[in-house]
Formats: sequence, C-alpha cells, structure tokens
Amino acid sequence: MGESVSIPTTVSALPAAKVTARHSALVRVTHWITTLCFFALLLTGVELIISHPRFYWGETGNVLTPTLFKIPIPSSRSSVPTGYKYVLPDQNGWSRYLHFQSAWILVLTGLLYAIAIFFTGHLRRNLLPSKSDLSWRALSAEIFDHLRFKRPGPAEAWSYNTLQRLAYLFVIFVLFPLVIWTGLAMSLSFVSAFPATVTLLGGQQSARTLHFFVSVALVLFLLVHVFEVFLAGFLSRMRAMITGKVAP
Amino acid sequence: MNQLSRRKLITTGIAAAAGVSGLAVAARLAQKYGLVPPDHGGVYGLGETLTYASQRLLTRHSLAREFQPSQISQRPVPNDIAPLSDAYKRLQAGGFVDWRLSIDGLVDRPTTFSLAQLKSYPSRSQITQLACEEGWSYIAQWTGVPLHHVLDLVGVHPRAKYLVYFSIEPDWWESIDMSDALHPQTFLAYGLNGNDLPTPNGGPLRLRLPRQLGYKSVKFVTHMTVTDSLKSFGKGLGSAAPEAGYSWYAGI
Repeated sequence: MGESVSIPTTVSALPAAKVTARHSALVRVTHWITTLCFFALLLTGVELIISHPRFYWGETGNVLTPTLFKIPIPSSRSSVPTGYKYVLPDQNGWSRYLHFQSAWILVLTGLLYAIAIFFTGHLRRNLLPSKSDLSWRALSAEIFDHLRFKRPGPAEAWSYNTLQRLAYLFVIFVLFPLVIWTGLAMSLSFVSAFPATVTLLGGQQSARTLHFFVSVALVLFLLVHVFEVFLAGFLSRMRAMITGKVAP
Repeated sequence: MNQLSRRKLITTGIAAAAGVSGLAVAARLAQKYGLVPPDHGGVYGLGETLTYASQRLLTRHSLAREFQPSQISQRPVPNDIAPLSDAYKRLQAGGFVDWRLSIDGLVDRPTTFSLAQLKSYPSRSQITQLACEEGWSYIAQWTGVPLHHVLDLVGVHPRAKYLVYFSIEPDWWESIDMSDALHPQTFLAYGLNGNDLPTPNGGPLRLRLPRQLGYKSVKFVTHMTVTDSLKSFGKGLGSAAPEAGYSWYAGI
C-alpha cells in the first residue's frame, strides 16, 4: 500500500500538466484508430474467408486442387464443397471495400506512430526493455508472475513490464509489417511491380495462407491483451488509454 | 499568455488553411492525372482512391508475372456462369462464325470485327494467373490479340480516358482506364492452353486483364466503347461491379 501511494507522490512533483499524462495523446489516438480498423479488418477478413474457406500452398489453389487445410464452415459460394446444404449470403463487395479502406487508415496511422515513437522517446523509454530486465532471472520471474495471473503492482500503472514490452514490440515491428506484406503479396497489380514480394513467400496462395496465420497471431495477441487489461483493472486501464489519466 | 494564444490561433489557422488547400490541390491534381476511380463517392471513396491512385502510379508500366509451362494448372476452373442467353446459343450453334466485336466511341474508324479477322492479327500467348476475388486462382496459357493492336486499327482519340466493354450476356459490362486498355498484356483472348477458349472460361472471346481480378476479365465480349467519361454508362459508377457492390478497380 505504501508503494502505491509513493508513486503518485513522486510524480506530483512534476509540473501539473504532466502529472496526469500516463499515455500521450499520440499513443491514445493511434491506439483507438488501430482498434477500430483492426475490428473492421477482422470482421471483413472473416467474411472474405467464408467465400472460400480453403487454404493452399504455392502459386495456385482452387476447388479442383488439394488443400493445405479447410475451415469447416459453410461458404457464401455454392461452388465450394463444404458439406453444408446451404449457402451463406455474399458479403464480399462491401467487405473488400471496407477491408482495404481500414487497411489504408491502419497503415497510415501505424506509420505515423512508428515514426513518432522514435522521436518522442516513447520507443526508448516505454517500449525497449532495459538490459537488466532481459536477464534470465528477471525474465523467468516475470514469466512465472504471468503464468500465475498475478495482478500487476501499482508501478505497472505507470510503466509496461518486460513481457508486455516484448509483446508490443513484436506486434509493432514483426506482426503488423508481416500482415501488410502478405496482404500486398496477394495483389496482382502490386506484385507486377514488385514480384519478389510474392515469390519470397512461395507464391500467391502461400501469401494468402500466411496472411491468415499472421492474422490469427494478431487475434491471439488481442485476446491476451484484453485479458491482461481485465486482470490489471479494466476501468483504470481504459481510463488511462482514453483520458490519459491514471486513477489515484 | 494572450500573445501566445493569439500566435497559436494564427499558426493553427494557417496550418488548417494550408491543409485544406493542400487537399484541394491534391484532389485537383489526382483528377487531372486520372487517379480518381469512378466509384470514389460514398463511405469507401477514400480507400478506393488511395488504392487506385497508388497502384496506378506504381504499376503504370509493370508487367503481370508470367509463369513456366510446367506451372500451368491441370484444369482451368470453369467458374459458375448464369444460364446462357438465346443470343449466345444461336451463335454457338453456328460455330461462332457470326460472332462480332464492335468498337465505337472516341475512335476514328468505328469497326466491327469477326473472330476470323481477330485471329488473323499477330497472336500472342501469355502464361498468367487468374485470381478470383473469392481467394482461389489458377494459371493458364491465354492466346489472343493484344488489345492495343486492335485499338490502333480503329484509331483512339487523344481525349480517350476509358474503355467500356460489354458481354453478350445482359448486365455484364466493365471498364478500364486507357493505361490498362493499352497495356501489352491486355488481350482479346480466344485460346486457352493451346485450344479454342471454351465457353465456361469465356469463349469464344474474353477480355483478359492479368493485373486485375477475374471479374474484370469479362466473358463473351461483343462490344467496346472508348469514352472520356463514364457518367453516362449505367449508374455512372464505371461498371456493373460497383452497381453490385464490388469495387471498380480490382488490382488488389
């Protein structure tokens, strides 16, 4: 309890305007734009899969070729053999429009964020773990805490823990670039200008399959992320990400 | 403090004005250089315009990937088509001898071509991928006459901006910009994997556009119009696809 009081006290020594700023406006605005776009991409992505819930490896794949795997759901196309006796309504038109529009907004927002965090110090201060935090002893202690679902201490209302930092860095610098790359590698027009973007992935259908797997990884991150927010205290974390303020 | 807020107000004002006029200039330039798709209106206009404009700038001269004969799919997918019209069946019964392709609009010599005429022009083959917006794809060898060869014969006006093309089947039409129409891989295809183009794949004549999704490669083409505006065609959205809720530009 003493610790939980001591942190706001040290902070209150700072100028009044800074006291309340847990998350900068840039982080908060880009976070929620990304959230909105991600849900739109997820919903429309699922709709697009429904029109052909079969996945392949290599350049080509269709109902006449063997699959890598199938998702056992009904389809919105009668030409796809699914085993179900009904066909779902076609949602691909608006899904494709919304998928790409959200992708554009997400990419532009992500670019703004990725460039800004180099200059504002957010990357160095809040995201990159310190060397001592990366020691086996520190890391294993942290993993152990996470596996026990230990509620984060009050200090973590002001700072990300090491696993959290590593997860965010992985999402920002690995998963998002990969999902953009595999998405663009499906574009006939884009790969006509940059053919290596698809051949490096093993072909257009491989790109589609990888796009699916990277999206699944992003959804897993989202689930853990939301779970941790609940564990840490939904209201206080939501307030911090919306208003920027930390609850006393 | 007063001084500061006034300065802030002026700076913000100037920045806002610059932003708005910058956007206006960008929109004007985009329009001028043909970077705005016909279905740019509505809630998805932003994304569509960004996609079309950026891909048009990046891919104006790029070639669709071509593949080795060994990569040709065992069977080209005969995708579902609506029951064929009587007009098609009549021509099919006659072995397509009377199949005609007419080209009009902003051209010097509006012309009607028979299949035999089209086949008498230098033929080209390409082994390219046909990808459907649903997610599946196949690779096949397409044979035909490059569309630019035929467009040169009819003489396209400098004012031309779009090519609108129609299937013999009702309500099936698309359009592309002149950059795509004159692209070396845009074919009037009449052959598939060394044989005549079969009916399920669009025979006897299909517009083949390998840098866009399959639905832009209209089957059973009989009519083309060169134009400088798409406003007077259908609902003015560019083609049948946007009227059915699909994007006009299908490069992605």
